[in-house]
Amino acid sequence: MTQLALVIDLNVCVGCHACVTSCKEWNTSGWAGPMSDFHPYDADPSGTFFNRVQTFEIGEFPNTETVHFPKSCLHCEEPPCVPVCPTGASYKREDNGVVLVDYDKCIGCKYCSWACPYGARELDSRQKVMKKCTLCIDRITDQSLPEAERKPACVLACPTSARLFGDVHDPDSEVSVAIRERGGYQLMPEWGTSPANHYLPRRKTRIRIHEDELVRADNPLDKEAIDLPEEQGETLDDVAW
Amino acid sequence: MHPAFSVIFLTTLIGAAQGLFLALVTGQVYSLAKLLEAQDNLRFYALGSALALVLLVAGLIASFFHLGHPERAWRSAAQWRTSWLSREVIALPLFMLLVALYGLIHYEGWTQPLFSIRGVVDVDASLIVGVVGALVAFLLYVCTAMIYASLRFLQEWHSPLTVLNFVFFGLASGFTLAAAFTAWIGVHLVGFYGAWAVVFTLLAVFTRLASLYRNARIKQKSSLQTAIGVRHTTVRQKAQGFIGGSFNTREFFHGRGESALKWIRRGFLLLVFVAPVALLGVAWYLHSAWLPLLAFVSQYLGLLLERYYFFTEARHPQNLYYQSMY
Ligand code: SF4
Ligand code: SF4
Repeated sequence: MTQLALVIDLNVCVGCHACVTSCKEWNTSGWAGPMSDFHPYDADPSGTFFNRVQTFEIGEFPNTETVHFPKSCLHCEEPPCVPVCPTGASYKREDNGVVLVDYDKCIGCKYCSWACPYGARELDSRQKVMKKCTLCIDRITDQSLPEAERKPACVLACPTSARLFGDVHDPDSEVSVAIRERGGYQLMPEWGTSPANHYLPRRKTRIRIHEDELVRADNPLDKEAIDLPEEQGETLDDVAW
Repeated sequence: MHPAFSVIFLTTLIGAAQGLFLALVTGQVYSLAKLLEAQDNLRFYALGSALALVLLVAGLIASFFHLGHPERAWRSAAQWRTSWLSREVIALPLFMLLVALYGLIHYEGWTQPLFSIRGVVDVDASLIVGVVGALVAFLLYVCTAMIYASLRFLQEWHSPLTVLNFVFFGLASGFTLAAAFTAWIGVHLVGFYGAWAVVFTLLAVFTRLASLYRNARIKQKSSLQTAIGVRHTTVRQKAQGFIGGSFNTREFFHGRGESALKWIRRGFLLLVFVAPVALLGVAWYLHSAWLPLLAFVSQYLGLLLERYYFFTEARHPQNLYYQSMY
């Protein structure tokens, strides 16, 4: 079975919100729209978004690190939001594992939003139905688009390629390899929701240099200073290659 | 969680209505067993059923205010295999139907025995409907409570105590209402219903205090660390992704301070437990016609506070993503 998902690399995300705006742009004008805004240019703006980017600071100064954290529906493999829906408006697609809401059936009871531990669902204040990330279902299944464009809007928009998209059930897919080789993890694993989306952790790239590699015992620049018991002649290190 | 007033009214109103209906059926069964004097069909059972039905209809109307699309409410009966909400949506109208039928049978006086069990117990149509209705009433309590108790990451709700509380609160308020009703129409069952009301109220005290105790000591499974998956003891949120509010900040936070919550808690403990028990005791002593009514009003107002507090108790794990809201 196919399980489409996003893999988000926190190591490269710069928190630019390009995914947020491209998501809103694509979805508000498409199948999943509208994503209503209220007072967008006023004191208390509010609106529906499928994707938000948050920022966290890890550690105490001066040993701090900033983590930008994009957050959307994780398309759980055991979605707790689906069985609680009384109308069947919330469902998980059999063919690709995307969790969707049928806006024509949803009665806006909000029960599914209570049942999602991640707060990934938002009731649209104007349309009065539950909304959430669709993985741009109308894009990724559109056969008239060239293959390379059959990806969620956020993935295409990300300037640092922090967002990967693919089938996490295919062991050789880009996303599966990334999860396997770069320490991909799931959010709140304690609830057994088995989110399909994964996150790649921040990684430090360090080269290990030992002290004696910096201060060479037979440093040629320092040769005169070293008082050797007898004349050594040229060592191998003195040869200019 | 943000307390939803439509749901607060729904659960308290139908809870009391279910309790009242159970009280009527209990009365009928007792009089059948000759433990209580038989009651007048019209005045007692028919009027009592009508009162229960009024509360049920009021609760149903309140529940519609919870929905974004009330005109599609009929769709919500579809997923009864998996959803407790769907099960409640089926059980409630079924129960209303049975209450109406029960009242109608008594109103029309269709209470001639249909058959008799071993020549001792005369079974009539109202008894059959009454017993089936009583079963559905209990089922409805379970459905209502399980809507909350089945959400496993709302740890404060995810407990058998939630179900017990809904059952006992419903029974207590229903029997208090039955006592008030009988006192008002001058039927001599005030002592009987009052005594049961006190028993159920005391049971409710016990289970509610147990859940208060449990919730005060609950160990949350999720933390900011598991929410974002970073292993460090110090994690501070610097931005939540937007300036104003959102569904996430409105739906899952109650926005009340510690001291307000303390007063709500004290208020409901007083109004639901202490005042009604005292009033029912005094009413029994004085044979007062209106003190039981006062007891019910106090208990009902207290239950509104209790349900409000019930919502504020639940700490949703999604709140971890909105640290500035705490
Ligand atoms: S993240 Fe929330 S809304 Fe999305 S599938 Fe999981 S439980 Fe459902
Ligand atoms: S809000 Fe809509 S999708 Fe969510 S549980 Fe209710 S009917 Fe289902």
